[in-house]
Amino acid sequence: MTGTTASPTRAMPRRGPTITLWGVRRTVSRVLIYGLLIGMSILFLVPVYMVLVTSFKSIDQVSLPTMWQFPTRFTLESFARALDRLAPNFLNSTVLVFWATLLSSMLGSMNGYVLAKWRFPGANILFPLMLFGMFIPYQAILIPLVQFLRSIGLYGGLPGLILVHVVYGIPITTLIFRNYYAEVPNEMLEAGQIDGAGFWKLYRYIIFPISLPGFVVVIIWQFTQIWNEFLFGVTITGPESQPITVALQNLAGSQIVEWNVQMAGAFLAGLPTLLVYIFLGRYFIRGLLAGSVKG
Amino acid sequence: MLARLSRLNRDRVMAFLVLLPSLILIAVFVYGFIGWTAYTSTTNSNAMQQLSGQPAQSVGLQNYADLFTGALNTRFRIDVVNTVFFTVIFIAVCLILGLGLAILLDQRVRGESIFRTIFLFPMALSFVVTGVVWKWLFNPSSGINVLPTYFGQPAGTFRWFISEERWLEFNWQNIGQILAVVLLDVVIIVALWYWSKKRTQAAALITGLALLLMNWILLEGPKQISALARPETHGFNVALIAVVVAAGWQMSGYTMAMYLAGLRGISEELREAARVDGAGEWGVYRHVVLPLLQPITLSAMIVLGHISLKIFDLVYTLGGGDNLYIDMPGINMFFTTFRSNEFARGAAIAIVMLIMVAVVIVPYLVNSLRTETQL
Repeated sequence: MTGTTASPTRAMPRRGPTITLWGVRRTVSRVLIYGLLIGMSILFLVPVYMVLVTSFKSIDQVSLPTMWQFPTRFTLESFARALDRLAPNFLNSTVLVFWATLLSSMLGSMNGYVLAKWRFPGANILFPLMLFGMFIPYQAILIPLVQFLRSIGLYGGLPGLILVHVVYGIPITTLIFRNYYAEVPNEMLEAGQIDGAGFWKLYRYIIFPISLPGFVVVIIWQFTQIWNEFLFGVTITGPESQPITVALQNLAGSQIVEWNVQMAGAFLAGLPTLLVYIFLGRYFIRGLLAGSVKG
Repeated sequence: MLARLSRLNRDRVMAFLVLLPSLILIAVFVYGFIGWTAYTSTTNSNAMQQLSGQPAQSVGLQNYADLFTGALNTRFRIDVVNTVFFTVIFIAVCLILGLGLAILLDQRVRGESIFRTIFLFPMALSFVVTGVVWKWLFNPSSGINVLPTYFGQPAGTFRWFISEERWLEFNWQNIGQILAVVLLDVVIIVALWYWSKKRTQAAALITGLALLLMNWILLEGPKQISALARPETHGFNVALIAVVVAAGWQMSGYTMAMYLAGLRGISEELREAARVDGAGEWGVYRHVVLPLLQPITLSAMIVLGHISLKIFDLVYTLGGGDNLYIDMPGINMFFTTFRSNEFARGAAIAIVMLIMVAVVIVPYLVNSLRTETQL
C-alpha cells in the first residue's frame, strides 16, 4: 500500500483549496486539536484535583455535597494523620526498594553482559525461558513461595520480600541490560581481548564505565515497580514489615478512616514514584517501552 | 595461539558461571514453583487435610472440573466471564484513547511535553493509589455523580463499581454452544479474509474447518460440553465499567507512548510523498501511518491483555474482595488460598490464570525473539 503512494509524482502541483481557505481550515483544525488536548488533560487531572482538594481539608469540611469545592481553610491535619499511620510502612518500602533495586540491577547488568556478548549454545532457548518469568501471573507461584519462605525462615519479614523482588526482577533487568549492551560494538571488546583483557576486565574497564544510562533506566523501572507492588507485599509480609501499598489499602479498606486522610495517604504513597517520573520521565518511558520485549 | 584459545574458553566458562545463579533462581522460583502449584492443584490439599496430618491425596483433574461445573464454584465462573468482558473493553479503550492522543500530539503542538507528561503520569502510580482515589470518585452518593448538579442537572444515578445491572445475559449451561458459535464466526471471518487476499489454499483449508465446526454444532456436539446441573445466569456486569475507567485512566498513556514512538519512526518524506500524491491529512493517516502502526497495536494488545488477565491490586482496592460484580480470578485465587485455606482449589485457579496468560504471551515471545536479528 505504501509503495503506491511513494511513487515519483513530485512534479505535480499541490491540488486543493486556495491558500486563504487552506489557512482557515488550518486554524479550525488547530483550535480543534488544542481543544481536544486541553479537554483530555482536564479529564486526566480530575483525580489529582480531587486528591489535593480533599487532602487539604479538615474532616469537618469533608462532606458529600461540597467534595468538589476548594477547602474553605487549608490545613495539613490530614497529612499529619496519614503520616502517623503510614510512616513506618513508608520506611519499610524505602528499605525494600533500596536493596531490591540495587541487587536486581547489579544482577541484571552481569546477566545482560553475558547474554549480549558471550553467546553460548542454548542461550537462544534459555533467554526466552527466563523472560517468560516476568509475564506469569504471580498467583501461579504464590503457594510454593509462601511455603518455601516459611521453611527458610524468611516469611513475614522484609528480607524475604527483598529476595522475592530480586528474583522476579531478574527477567526485566536482564532484558533491558542485554538490549543496551547489544548496541556496544563487538570491536570494542575484541580490541580489549587483543590487549589481553578477560571476562572481568572487559566488564570492569569497557562495559561498566558506559553502563550509566542502562543503570538509570533499570533503577528507575525497578524502583517504580517495587514501590508500587501489592500482591507479594500483602501475601508474604507481616504487619510490622508491610510496604506502603498494603498499608494504604488497609487504611482505605477500614470504613472508619475519613476520606481526607485516605486522600492524603494516597498522595504520600504516590509521591516518590511521581517525583521520579516528573524529573526522570525520559528514562521511565524507556523502561516502559522495554517492557514490550523488543523496545 | 593455543594459550589464547584456552583463555577464551576459560572466559566462556566464567560467563556461564556468572549467569548460572540467575538461571537456577528462575528454574526454581518460576518453573519449579509452577510445577509445585500444578501438582497441588491435582490434590485435595486444604486446611482440613493439613490439620488432620494426613498427606494430601491425588484427585486428578477434579478441582478443575469443579471450577467449571461444580455447584459451589459460581464465583469462579463469574470471574472468567468478568475477565473476558473486562479484557476486551479495557484493550479497546486503551487502544482508541492511546492512538487518538498520540495522533493529536503528533501534530507539532506547542507544549507537547506537558501534555505527554499529563497523559502518562498515572503509569507511575500504584494500582492501589489509583484504586483508592477512584473509589472516592465513584462513590454513588457523591464523586462523579454530583458533578452534573453544578450545571443545573440532576445528580447521576449510576452506581459505578457496585452497580448490580447485568447485560448480555446467558446461561452457563449453554457455554459450549456459545463458544462454538463464536469460534465459527471467527473462523468464517478469517476464511473470508483469506479468500479476499486470494490466498486460495489457506482459504480453502480454513473454510473446510468452518464446515467441520458447523457440522459439529448442527449435530449438537457442543451441547454435551456443559455438565452444570442447574441453570446459572452470567453476563456483562455493568459495574466493570468503573474498573475500565480507572484502569484505562492509568494505562492508556502507555499505549499513547508506544504509538507516539511508532509515529516518530515514520519518516516525514513518506508522509510528504503521500501528500504530493494528493492524499489529504486524513488520507495520509488512513493509507500510510495506520498500516505502519499495526505491529505496535499487536504489541500493545498483548501487553495490555496480559495485564488485564492478571489484574489484582485495582480490583482488590475497589471491591475489597467481596464485590463479585467486579471479581477477577486473581482476587478469587488470593481469597480462596490465603483466607479460606483451600490450597488445591486456589492452585487450580492460579493454573487456569497461567494458561490464559501463556496463550497470549508464549506465541508473542517466540515470535519477537525469532524475528530479532541474531547477534
